[in-house]
Amino acid sequence: MDWIVPFLWLIPALPLIAAGAVAVVPKNRKRFAATAAIASMVGSLVLALIAFGHSLARIKGGQSAPEVFNFRWFDLGESALRLGWVLDPLTAVMLVMVCLVGLLIFIYSVGYMAHDDNFTRFFCFLALFASAMLGVIISNNLLLLFICWELVGLTSYLLIGFWFHKPEAAAAAKKAFITTRIGDLAFLLGMVWLNSETGTLLFYDGGRGCLEQGALSALMARATSLGIAASTGIGLLIFAGAVGKSGQLPLHVWLPDAMEGPTPVSALIHAATMVAAGVFLVARVYPLMEASSATLTVITWVGVLTAFFAASIAVAQNDIKRILAYSTVSQLGFMMMGLGVGGVAVGMFHLITHAFFKALLFMGAGSVIHGCHEEQDIRKMGGLKRLMPLTFATYMAGMLALSGFPLLFSGFWSKDEILHAAHGWDGSHGPFYLGLVAAFLTAFYMTRQVCQVFLGEHRARAGGALAAQSPCQPHESPAVMTVPLVVLSFFAVLLGFVGTPAWPWFQQFLKGGVAATDFQHLFSAETLRLIGLSSVIALGGIGTGWWFYGRRPLKVADEVDPVESLRPDIYGVLRNKYYIDEIYEVTFVSLNAWWARACNWLEFWVWSGVARAAGHVVLGLGWVNRAIDEYIVNLGFDRGCEGVTRGGGWFSRLQNGQVQTYLRVIGVALAVLVLLLIWGGRS
Amino acid sequence: MTPLAGYLLLSALLFAIGLGGALARRNAIIVLIGIELMLNAANLNFIAFWRYGPNPEALTGILFVLFSIGIAAAEAAVGLAIIIAVYRHYRTTNLDRITSLKG
Repeated sequence: MDWIVPFLWLIPALPLIAAGAVAVVPKNRKRFAATAAIASMVGSLVLALIAFGHSLARIKGGQSAPEVFNFRWFDLGESALRLGWVLDPLTAVMLVMVCLVGLLIFIYSVGYMAHDDNFTRFFCFLALFASAMLGVIISNNLLLLFICWELVGLTSYLLIGFWFHKPEAAAAAKKAFITTRIGDLAFLLGMVWLNSETGTLLFYDGGRGCLEQGALSALMARATSLGIAASTGIGLLIFAGAVGKSGQLPLHVWLPDAMEGPTPVSALIHAATMVAAGVFLVARVYPLMEASSATLTVITWVGVLTAFFAASIAVAQNDIKRILAYSTVSQLGFMMMGLGVGGVAVGMFHLITHAFFKALLFMGAGSVIHGCHEEQDIRKMGGLKRLMPLTFATYMAGMLALSGFPLLFSGFWSKDEILHAAHGWDGSHGPFYLGLVAAFLTAFYMTRQVCQVFLGEHRARAGGALAAQSPCQPHESPAVMTVPLVVLSFFAVLLGFVGTPAWPWFQQFLKGGVAATDFQHLFSAETLRLIGLSSVIALGGIGTGWWFYGRRPLKVADEVDPVESLRPDIYGVLRNKYYIDEIYEVTFVSLNAWWARACNWLEFWVWSGVARAAGHVVLGLGWVNRAIDEYIVNLGFDRGCEGVTRGGGWFSRLQNGQVQTYLRVIGVALAVLVLLLIWGGRS
Repeated sequence: MTPLAGYLLLSALLFAIGLGGALARRNAIIVLIGIELMLNAANLNFIAFWRYGPNPEALTGILFVLFSIGIAAAEAAVGLAIIIAVYRHYRTTNLDRITSLKG
């Protein structure tokens, strides 16, 4: 199946064609839009599975080098710009994950968006997004990756602002776009720097690519004026791009606001795939990151701080999607930390399992919101276990996977892997302990959410100022929405078993090796101790959550939160997200506004003053010119013209129109001519 | 035999009368008659110079004159047709009134 490598471009091309086709059909062709988008994703999924199988077969055959297909895009003078795609285990795994999750979410959207007027536009954007994301995954050139990366950002903007008539949605879309742009600027700088150092942006190019040994050792040897190696500087700049895209501290602020978009968008873009693009980017350029321990240290600390920080905020949120959004930020932090301490396989394993269970949770939340008639406040829910049994069962699977419920659920194994790697990290034990706390908080806030949403009595009409007048009962969602949930919950449960310590198939696959079952490793004292520890943490978190929220569910919607009554000061800080948005408001935003005003003043008085002075000089010159023109050039010309006119008038008297006058002239002329001839002949 | 100068004088007289008629009269038909007279003066000159020339046997002069008379007839027809057209247009043949050639 070697043909798949040159034809890898088909995988992003199919959704792109679908997006183009959907973009040109009339707005009411809903069936066509959904069919085209879903069919293109099925096609991409089939191709992705073929690529995956091919990659698997190669590794069985003992070849682990990435396969590439490079081509010349265009020539610039002497040098040529070359693009290409790469197929290695990382690409194969991501392709399958994105296509599968994307397909399920596309199907789910048919139900979720059924009543929206802009159904076709939604599917156009979704397909465009899928195309860009798949492009990020297959590209073998940092520039091509960057192009697709920006396209992903654009579609994210379009989809967050899909309901642009809501001012919050429009603002959130702008915020997401601008915040990620900060990271992208650093990414772009890193890319330019990398290109100027190595002369190529191809990742793998038969030994000449920028991620291969020759270029890497040159980068490591090259010191900069800042005292760090070029590889460190470039690595950190590219990581800044990943920070923006993956919502890491301090650029995480856009991700929770992005939940203003439709829920399938939150599931697909802001939980499963796009935000994972940052993690994927770090994994893709991992050889470069690995080249400097300073970069890895930064990645680890940023990751673990994000994980802890976002998990603590999620504890005090009341919007069902916002809790999940902070949870996503936190889990992305875990992934970054996994990449920092343990390498590609550790981070990617969590990325893949997280993609499935977070998509599941978001779609479950979408089902809840749909069933409760667009209600998002968990305080006004409750008792949905009875009303929406299928959603409840699948949501539980996702919640237990995210909390890391021991042994059975995928999230346990992938998070355990990260904690395991953090424990063995020789830099510091800080990340390990902070990670444990974050894991505990994760279990806690997920239990809180599930208890408030699904247990107790329905509170929409029971009590207080917060109660809404919802006219009808919550109801279970249609099959087109629940079937994808069931499929995803299978993955959320089972996917963990491809990467357990006993059979680390996934990790070995990414490294290009074949895994063997190794129960010794599973039952070694250290592994068992860590598994025990994370089990205790997860169960402790779930238990604490149950103690606060499950034992005695809220009766009315505006009851004081149990944790809030315990420590109102801390809870207030958490509920206000550590006042980060407010801090940014008074620092960066107002600084920017001040700077803009200063620029405006300068512009008005200094630069435009110069411009005005120049303008007046030109105006004066214009006057002089006009005088010269009027009194010298024009006057002379006018005189000339008058003379010609007068002469013309004089001559025109000859032309009186009387034939006989002409004839007389001719006669006189003849006589004169004859006389001249006679006298002239005589002399 | 009458000397050549007699013919030439008669011819010059004829030409002068024709020219005077063409220049002085106001009626377009008289002007046309004047022009015909001048043409015939020229014909008379042809004949005279042929007859008294170095080679009177060759009949060249008379041939010229025959052509010239034929052309004069055609020209008279054209001229009269033009005068009739002008008359129909202006309702007059007075040349002083017909001044649309004026610049």
